[in-house]
Amino acid sequence: MTDSPLLGRAPKRGIAALPGLVSDTTALTKRNLLMFRRVPQLLVFATIQPIIFVLMFRFVFGGAINVPNGSYVDFLMPGVFVQTVVFGAVGTAIGLAADLKTGFIERFKALPMAHSSVLIARILSDLTRNIFVVTLMTSVGFAVGFRVHTNPAQFLLAVLLLLAFGVALSFIFATVGIMVREPETAQAAAFPVMAPLVFASSAFVPVESMPGWLQPFAANQPVSAVITAVRSLVLGGPAVSDVLIATAWCVGIVAVAAPSAIWMYRKAV
Amino acid sequence: MTSMPELAIQAQQIRKNFGKVVALDGVDLSVPVGQIFGLLGPNGAGKTTMIRVLTTVLRADSGTATVMGRSVSREAPSVRGLIGLAGQYAALDPNLTGRENLRLVGSLTQISGRIAAQRSDELLERFSLSDAGNRLVRTYSGGMRRRLDLAAALVHRPPVIFLDEPTTGLDPESRVELWAVIKELVADGATILLTTQYMEEADRLADQLAVIDHGAVIAEGTPTELKRRLGSSVIELGFADDATATRAAELLAGTSTEEPHVTGRGVQIKSNEGTKLLTRLLRTLDQGGIEPETLTVHEPSLDDVFLSLTGKPTEDSAPPVEAAGKRGRGAR
Repeated sequence: MTDSPLLGRAPKRGIAALPGLVSDTTALTKRNLLMFRRVPQLLVFATIQPIIFVLMFRFVFGGAINVPNGSYVDFLMPGVFVQTVVFGAVGTAIGLAADLKTGFIERFKALPMAHSSVLIARILSDLTRNIFVVTLMTSVGFAVGFRVHTNPAQFLLAVLLLLAFGVALSFIFATVGIMVREPETAQAAAFPVMAPLVFASSAFVPVESMPGWLQPFAANQPVSAVITAVRSLVLGGPAVSDVLIATAWCVGIVAVAAPSAIWMYRKAV
Repeated sequence: MTSMPELAIQAQQIRKNFGKVVALDGVDLSVPVGQIFGLLGPNGAGKTTMIRVLTTVLRADSGTATVMGRSVSREAPSVRGLIGLAGQYAALDPNLTGRENLRLVGSLTQISGRIAAQRSDELLERFSLSDAGNRLVRTYSGGMRRRLDLAAALVHRPPVIFLDEPTTGLDPESRVELWAVIKELVADGATILLTTQYMEEADRLADQLAVIDHGAVIAEGTPTELKRRLGSSVIELGFADDATATRAAELLAGTSTEEPHVTGRGVQIKSNEGTKLLTRLLRTLDQGGIEPETLTVHEPSLDDVFLSLTGKPTEDSAPPVEAAGKRGRGAR
């Protein structure tokens, strides 16, 4: 054992450390994704909930909700897409909290690996999950009568915007997960933050139907901003300014939440 | 390649505070290459903090420490390539199989996938986990998790291995198995620093011991040296009547460096050689045609160790038996 080839190894820095970062991130992302196969409940419950929302709002409440123009299902689906991404982001918090709790991350700390790969892999695997869930929800939407009224390019842009929003939220919830270090607490801590953002938004009902005091918040908070942009992209109408506002939110959230997640991670381990 | 240092681990005046709590109060350690070094102390003594500092997980407030001649603070990445750490709680992914856990750790230590796979299989074999290798870790028993955790610390064949209370919470059988593995590792040339709360474990495994309490080393030496200082085991034999006891005591005089001591029907003999003396005592008695009715061996406990070292029991360990009635015992 004393003839370990590692004895003479010099630590890599800068560009030379990149292959290590890439291979560590790949290994950890694979491991995170394997979790969805090993604990399929995670993905099943994460997808059943939005499907139930679609069915409930499409066939139960939808008839009672008046939307400005077009059909309710076309109004609803962009809201559901964003809701799915928002609720899914809790997975980032739960995953990190679980790894901190089991001591898995503490073990990483003593390994000759790129430590930033833990956060990057978590964000990447949650992005992958979002791609899957958004694809699934699109199919569900098409099945219940949702149609894209613009063109495939604009729809693709809408999906990219959704995924970008998902990444931004993942950074927020990474911070939460590292802070609470307990998967159950992460779940509980996330709900009161997300519920008002999702429900006091234009996801299910037009903002105009809400009481006057709530409208300014409901119309301008980030979840509504992204929903509005996705709607403009898939349903038609001038989309440029809506997309810019939504993009600005994504960039803004990343600019604040990413450094805080990194800072919390460094402090936590 | 630099020449091989003689000391695998060296720490000088390591201090670490958590707020107002002094966790490490100037700890010095020297561990020569190829030794098992035991860090013995009660809960909260600072053992885990010391391990975390030496494994680059935690930064000390002051002091210097090196592993294989490299500074744990300035050359942390290169130290990490030289060490394996198995913490107090098995740090594994419960939703991966045993084999996947080992391969994952292997790939994170930058060894190639092929070598990681090969070493994972070897380690599973060595830790009697081959059959369980493809089972999810969440189905493993506590002993199996511990073994896998130790295996995970060895995938990249580190020359220096840190084991934080490797057998705490294990059943006696798993404990003995793990001890055997630890001895094998050293036979292969590794250096091991392990922490333990158990005198017996330290005695069985360690070449060199440091007793740590309240963040400071209060005694150092080989297990034999320490035990000589820290008190000895007492063998107590009970006989049918006072006369037999007296006869037995006469017979046993000279079997040990300590003289037998008669109390009524009982005979007490101090032993610095543990249970080895027991065989001699019983053989002598047998030859003399005396049969003891009862036999008890009192081993010096960690509490005795602290009593004799500090003159007072540790705050967080149970008070010694004499005082138990008066002071009450903490919930255990």
